[in-house]
Amino acid sequence: MNPTPAATPAAHTAPTPPPPAHAAPAAPAADPLILYGQHFSSRLLLGTARYPSPALLEQAVAAAQPAMLTAALRRQSAANAEASRSFWTLLQNMQTPLLPNTAGCHSVQEAISTAEMARELYGTDWIKLEIIGDDYTLQPDTLNLVGAADQLLRRGFKVLPYSTEDLVLCLRLVDVGCQAVMPWAAPIGTGKGPLNPLALRTLRERVQVPLLVDAGLGLPSHACQVMEWGYDGVLLNTAVALALDPVRMAQAFAAAVRAGRDAFLAGTMTPQDSAQPSTPVLGTPFWHQP
Amino acid sequence: MSTSPEATAPLQVWLNQQALELPASATLADALAAARPTEPFAAALNLQFVPKNQYAQTALAQGDRIELISPVTGG
Repeated sequence: MNPTPAATPAAHTAPTPPPPAHAAPAAPAADPLILYGQHFSSRLLLGTARYPSPALLEQAVAAAQPAMLTAALRRQSAANAEASRSFWTLLQNMQTPLLPNTAGCHSVQEAISTAEMARELYGTDWIKLEIIGDDYTLQPDTLNLVGAADQLLRRGFKVLPYSTEDLVLCLRLVDVGCQAVMPWAAPIGTGKGPLNPLALRTLRERVQVPLLVDAGLGLPSHACQVMEWGYDGVLLNTAVALALDPVRMAQAFAAAVRAGRDAFLAGTMTPQDSAQPSTPVLGTPFWHQP
Repeated sequence: MSTSPEATAPLQVWLNQQALELPASATLADALAAARPTEPFAAALNLQFVPKNQYAQTALAQGDRIELISPVTGG
């Protein structure tokens, strides 16, 4: 007999209760990701960089159906004008909600000005707040992130801060009004998966707003893992863009995110130290007292 | 009252790190007219965002730094 599933998952991560036994699987719309009051049918957010071609980016987006697409801003030049224009047209065609980022900013003022420019250019209040504190690891500037988030929230932005897995930092981000936080799993672009599971799980238990793992995921199993822990979504880019087949990998990540979410809602079993036969022992043929 | 030489001397500003010479009374709108950026774009002056509807009222000063940005892919 299979063990009884664990009790209902933590209430703060389950906007709807788990379905009763034998119920049909919930449709995605029945379990939306809710960020700043806005409902999203997908829990996967996808980056738009590093794809072999714009066509493959478009196909990957079609395959994954992400909740949001990240985009960035850079100085305009004669060299990048055409690519920028093509990217802009592609974004218009895809019609996926946009999440501009402040990638590359190293100060609060840079981040605020970049966010303001992004709001005007992309026509959205959403902003993925990145302030880099160390160029080698691209680690977020934990000492300035809260102040920047505070100022952006006061200016009407819906801030999704890219943070480390530091519990106190994430709590302070919530204190100033962030309605979601995005801790890293590992440094950007490394694909190493969650390097500090204990801290990420502790964060999930202690932080009462949606949490999305952003950065460092390399495999669909990484995404599934953090979703099983109760994370509300994942944001990734490189793991899809640099796959040999980005379209198939986008599908794989989308499926992994759904599987992890379903597992969390289903309630996982409690691990045991000793073996427990799943087939009934009573009446085992040929059994005799040793 | 005569105009001081400083008031009539051309302005040199920096637009995306490129030097740009403009008349003394130039505004951000004048700088953009000279640079002719491709839409869509947004602008900042000396690290401060300037909304589109304020370009014509934003006077430039010697050595100002203008940033013009465009959409690019990102993660």
